[in-house]
Amino acid sequence: MSTVTSTADVATGPDSAPKRRARNRARWASIRTYVSAAVIFLWCMAPFYWMMVTAFREVQYTFEMTLWPTHPTLNNFVTAFSEELGNHLGRALFNSLFIGVCVTVIGLAAGVFAAYALARMEFPYKFMVLGVILGASMFPGVALVTPLFQLFTDIGWMGTYQALIIPSISFVLPLTVYVLTSFFREMPWELEEAARIDGCTKSQAFRKIIMPLAAPAVFTTAILAFIASWNEYLLASQLASDATQPVTVAIASFAGSQPHQEPYTAVMAAGTVVTIPLVIMVLIFQRKIVAGLTAGGVK
Amino acid sequence: MFNSKRLAPVAAAGVLALALTACGGSTGGGGGGGGGEADGPASQNLDARGPITYVQGKDNSDVVRPLIKKWNEAHPDEKVTFKEQSDSADQQHDDLVQNFQAQNEEYDVMSVDVIWTAEFAAQGWLQPLEDELAIETGDMLPATVASGTYNDTLYTAPQSSDAGLLYYRKDLVPKAPETWEEMMGMCDIAEENDMGCYAGQFAKYEGLTVNTVEAINTAGGDILDDSGKPTLETPEAKAGLTNLVEGFETGNIPEQTITFMEEQSRIAFQDGDLLFLRNWPYVYGLAKNEESSKVQDKFAIAPLPGRDGPGASALGGHNVGISVYSDNKATAHDFVEFITSPETQKFYALQGSLAPVLTDLYDDPELVKELPYLPVLKTSIENAVPRPVTPFYPAVSKAIQDNSYAALQGEKSVDQALADMQQAITSAAAGS
Amino acid sequence: MAVQAVPVGDAEKPPGEKPGSSGNGKRRIPGQGRWAALFIAPTLVLLAVVILYPIISAIVMSLQQDAGLDPATGLFVEGGFAGLNNYTQWLLQQCAAVGGGTVPCAPGSLGAQFWSATGITFFFTIVTVALETVFGFWMALIMARAFKGRGILRGAVLVPWAIPTAVTAKLWFFIFAFNGVANNLFNTTILWTGSEWPARFAIIIADVWKTTPFMALLILAGLQMIPGDVYEAAKVDGASAWQRFVHITLPLVKPALIVAILFRVLDAMRMYDLPAILTGGANGTTTLSILVVEQIRQGFNSAAALSTITFIIIFLVAFIFIKFLGANVAADSTSGGKAKIK
Repeated sequence: MSTVTSTADVATGPDSAPKRRARNRARWASIRTYVSAAVIFLWCMAPFYWMMVTAFREVQYTFEMTLWPTHPTLNNFVTAFSEELGNHLGRALFNSLFIGVCVTVIGLAAGVFAAYALARMEFPYKFMVLGVILGASMFPGVALVTPLFQLFTDIGWMGTYQALIIPSISFVLPLTVYVLTSFFREMPWELEEAARIDGCTKSQAFRKIIMPLAAPAVFTTAILAFIASWNEYLLASQLASDATQPVTVAIASFAGSQPHQEPYTAVMAAGTVVTIPLVIMVLIFQRKIVAGLTAGGVK
Repeated sequence: MFNSKRLAPVAAAGVLALALTACGGSTGGGGGGGGGEADGPASQNLDARGPITYVQGKDNSDVVRPLIKKWNEAHPDEKVTFKEQSDSADQQHDDLVQNFQAQNEEYDVMSVDVIWTAEFAAQGWLQPLEDELAIETGDMLPATVASGTYNDTLYTAPQSSDAGLLYYRKDLVPKAPETWEEMMGMCDIAEENDMGCYAGQFAKYEGLTVNTVEAINTAGGDILDDSGKPTLETPEAKAGLTNLVEGFETGNIPEQTITFMEEQSRIAFQDGDLLFLRNWPYVYGLAKNEESSKVQDKFAIAPLPGRDGPGASALGGHNVGISVYSDNKATAHDFVEFITSPETQKFYALQGSLAPVLTDLYDDPELVKELPYLPVLKTSIENAVPRPVTPFYPAVSKAIQDNSYAALQGEKSVDQALADMQQAITSAAAGS
Repeated sequence: MAVQAVPVGDAEKPPGEKPGSSGNGKRRIPGQGRWAALFIAPTLVLLAVVILYPIISAIVMSLQQDAGLDPATGLFVEGGFAGLNNYTQWLLQQCAAVGGGTVPCAPGSLGAQFWSATGITFFFTIVTVALETVFGFWMALIMARAFKGRGILRGAVLVPWAIPTAVTAKLWFFIFAFNGVANNLFNTTILWTGSEWPARFAIIIADVWKTTPFMALLILAGLQMIPGDVYEAAKVDGASAWQRFVHITLPLVKPALIVAILFRVLDAMRMYDLPAILTGGANGTTTLSILVVEQIRQGFNSAAALSTITFIIIFLVAFIFIKFLGANVAADSTSGGKAKIK
């Protein structure tokens, strides 16, 4: 789908000075690309690498500074998953996944409709609606906890999945709606009408023309929504029960073997465990979707 | 268009209704005040028995579960369920507050950090432990009982204690210093050995409050008087804080300790970078047994150095309280007695290295064999002063931390810092 | 792709316009309002229950005085109606005095920190969002190119964003410890969390690391929606890379960029975890959200007032931002320049 490519394919024709120059330029461009990519890779991965090194160190060597694990062990991972120590990371992983999928699906469904209306339809008070939706992202989250705690206590939702999912949806909705609206505005909608003139039904036109074009935006929004829900901690820490707590809460409740002792290594192990599958999943998902679209789409 | 116009008032009405529900219910932080009323929740369910829930932070070393199992086998009709909170003290505090405000009857018995007792008691959330709910405290260390007492009423029963100890390098220092001056005099030894002299916990967090309060109490000062008014503009308080500030100025307290919490200071000591360390008893076992420790056989412990005898440690640890909203207070009371019983206290010490609250256990040969620091800790706790017992503890602690931190950084004079503490605490207590 | 290439000259048209885009769908169709209401209703209902209701209830509470201590019983009693007292006390940095009335808040009380916290919140917001925009754009441009290992790079960029914030904060706390790897690697003895500017830089570095991927992903999505033909045409016309960036990429990505910046600003203005864990708010790093959290533990009603003030500040920032920078984000689709294109 990406289109900002190197200049290599521009100059065609016989082997000539311009072509050589173009080739040189292309080579330079590609070297520059690789150097930039390497710098970005290092910047993003270096702290994560340190996290993994710490995760593989024995607890008592937590503060060693060698750049590789000198006293390697898998104990931290065992600790992170140890039900006996009261660390419910396994179940928390499931919870986070479940909550994340629900939030993404429902949030995106609601968001797509709202964004479609905001981008494509005319109705009164539109500016106000946009303002209200954005306003939901402006109140300090901590101040929402107490009223929500009381509301959910009153209706008996404490510790349930819905008490975690519904607030999370609301947290991701403003972003979802805005991102989708801004992309929907940019869509070449006249293509849809052109397709209809060519004999497509309205839904066919939408599916075959509009959806592939909107896919990068929708997919990006889905990633953002999922990760936002995956990261949610504040509300979950007060509203979840042992059975429904997501990974953020589970990790925060890790404890050292002694009071005052910080379980750094176990936290880093858990951080590693929850991050790697997420990234791999997103990558696979991304490749599948992109592949599927380019195969069946307009390109 | 017609529809959306109709929708708006409906939505508004819905929101309004929700808001009204909020006002009808208890409002957050609004305060209870129910504790003293004749037919308030504090006078209900006093004889009731049945299943209860026990709430506590993370069970670090598997102490609570075996205890509850033992209790449940003996009391099949009054079973206790364990509700485990996170490991962070702030989280535990906020969770308790939320559930008290929601008048959750499922939180029956809770473990309460010593610094929260006054706040919860003043809110009317804790059942006074008197009359049929009274707990025998005669065998307990007086300082721990004081930490559970507010307005001359016992609101929480001591559960486990904690106090600061001085860790020192016995291979370099022949005899532990007994006074602060003596200790500072030994800093030449640290310099000769290319190490830092003294460290406590000086990052801006609760640990700094502890260290500051200890310095002031040790010098003979007080944070609050009996009526809860701050007494910080005194020569004693000034002497105490000056000790720390001068330590930083002379470099006897290395400058990086301004970032230290318990763990960083422990690691520095275990790496052999410190001659003296103020820390809690938990360091003892780790410094002795961890293979990575470079001081395994080279350190010993003593009470904190004082003015002319042992210093005044701040008191740590937890108490247990009963919620006024509990449905089964008689069972809750028995469970509290079970927690403070000698058998349980001994189990706490052996299994979880938690310092007992019963005086006699400090001389128990079996315990002393397992926890060799107990006799020193006893001296330390006997000389300990509870941190200010006040319902405004968060504000008091912040006033101390912020101003002490600024003084240690050299940003303001000791006099100014104490004057600002005094005024900030006065304001906090003047009723918001 | 069915989009025709446009001459470079045309790329100077106002942002938010798409080649070939016409004003279709702008006529008011009878009954559209009903459909629109139906489409938007789920979103609004969700927001009303979980956001609007707590906000209103917080505002109601902010008009109440926090509980005060009854000296006779030592118990807290309801504070009663406060009007706007909670608000004025924050704005004027006034604290309660003995025997009623107010005095200026002493250092070490939360009230004394309102304006400095506001200042530092703005400082963090401006610096982090600016850095994130620049880095994010750069990352997106690189990720959009075709080269071997692009998949790996995209995965790597996701990593900082995917690690739960609480873990990130602990990780950076660990990295920036005095004996931590940052000092070790660069052979320095900086008190990262113990002195003013290093502490601020530490927070900025950690925040930029954590959230640049958010920016990069959104910009990348914007880039991917630009038809490739536009570039081809521009190249044929001999536009330089810089010209193509300024005249094609930037205007076409602008809608996505504005949304990304807007939401980053809203989030940065509520920054809590990183400063709370890295410095505990020491060394001039207390943000408004830290102040709110600490005030909640001292009295919820006053904290609700502070939250409302924060809300208003953020609202004003967003309003100004949209007004001057991104009218096309929120503007009614009939305004804006789209309809001009033929």
